[in-house]
Amino acid sequence: MKDSASPFDRVWALIAAEPVSSTDKPDLVGWMQRLCRAASTALPATGVGITVMSGDGDPATVAASDPHSATVEDLQFILGEGPCIDAYNTGRPVLAPDLAVAVRVRWPGYGLAAQEHGVQAAFAFPLQIGAARLGALDVYRDQPGSLSPETIIEALTFADAAMTGLLDAQQRSNENDLAPGLDEALDNRFELYQAQGMVAIQLGTGLHEAMIRIRAYAYAHNRALSDVADDIIARNIVFETDS
Amino acid sequence: MIAAERLAEVFVELADTLIDDFDLIEFLQMLATHTSDLFDARAAGLLLADHRGRLQVMAASDERSEMLELFQVQAHEGPCQDCFTHGKAVVNADLTQANDRWPNFAPRAVTAGYRSVHAFPLRLRNQTYGALNLFGTDTGQMDPTDTKIVQALADIATIGMLQQRAIQRGDDLTEQLQGALNTRIVIEQAKGMIAQTHGISPDQAFNLLRAYCRKNSLPLTDVANRVITQPASLGDLLNPG
Repeated sequence: MKDSASPFDRVWALIAAEPVSSTDKPDLVGWMQRLCRAASTALPATGVGITVMSGDGDPATVAASDPHSATVEDLQFILGEGPCIDAYNTGRPVLAPDLAVAVRVRWPGYGLAAQEHGVQAAFAFPLQIGAARLGALDVYRDQPGSLSPETIIEALTFADAAMTGLLDAQQRSNENDLAPGLDEALDNRFELYQAQGMVAIQLGTGLHEAMIRIRAYAYAHNRALSDVADDIIARNIVFETDS
Repeated sequence: MIAAERLAEVFVELADTLIDDFDLIEFLQMLATHTSDLFDARAAGLLLADHRGRLQVMAASDERSEMLELFQVQAHEGPCQDCFTHGKAVVNADLTQANDRWPNFAPRAVTAGYRSVHAFPLRLRNQTYGALNLFGTDTGQMDPTDTKIVQALADIATIGMLQQRAIQRGDDLTEQLQGALNTRIVIEQAKGMIAQTHGISPDQAFNLLRAYCRKNSLPLTDVANRVITQPASLGDLLNPG
């Protein structure tokens, strides 16, 4: 149902075209670093960072477009407040176009510290599928001002791409194998989310793990995610903990 | 024509929701149910566009999978998609004569037992956010006055969304919409978890979920979140017995 030049495909191509830097970490973190650089150029932004939370809410992994943005990304976890944390907790984007205002009403510590690092506006987009929340993508700018509607859409699409990359990370051997158009999990098909809930109970795991397993099954059997979801709901496919 | 008294009650109830602690999904759910009741429509649903410009079902008077499918298929083709694209209402469309217009949607709607369909834009000034969708089982024409009333209800839905934007320290509408779209996914995930726990279908799971919400006067969003964050309490929370 996707046309060939969907926003997702375009963003995916931008990430793939982003040159590998010698400072990139291997595997998924390196890929997220390239995603951050591609996003920083495309939006445009002064910097972009991604934080992936561990299950207990502590930040587990951080990637950023540049070392300075990585420092800014870390600030909210040192200070315990900030747009990324709010986006993660509320499950919605958090847009702070002027940190000079936010410092008074929202994040006294973070607002001040981010400004000291030259950040005047911060925008956080959650990485999530329903209740499966992984973290957030943060966009920083050195000038105050709202993001245009087009830029917000672009940022949300980069967040979709990050989510897709995170879901696929556990099963791909080579990041270049990742074909575009694998964002079906983000297509709002309610059967898939119902199936996700069922599999989470079947496996006794979280919703995030359930989606990874459903996708792995679909790839392994070369079937569409929606068909697999229908079979899960019909109880034709049942996941077991040791399979 | 619908009774003026009944209509007045609905408007008051909707206005009351807007000033209470506002839950967008709950509000849209109430609007869908009232619209369906008021106009003898067999089903009413509300769809909002996500950031990809794709329509997503947010609330429906009838939550059976078959019905949700009929709303959702219009993300690609159908009266809601037309309404959303052009920002104009589609009224009194005869489904039995609509195979050329909507080759995928129309036959499915007819198979499901519907004969007429209407879609009203959720629109403010030049921006269209989604559509209010009504299905009927006969091809009778909607009264022109009723058409205006349904559009008024659709306008209330739009104002409701924008109102929330205003009361929450100037946050962008994007924050609200994205949050609501994600909440809708949480409800589907909760349906799946309940279905698996009790060995029932997701449709039956939704009936349990809704019955529990009504009995305890709790918003769907809150209970769905509780199902997901405390799966251990699933058995007690929603006992089908």
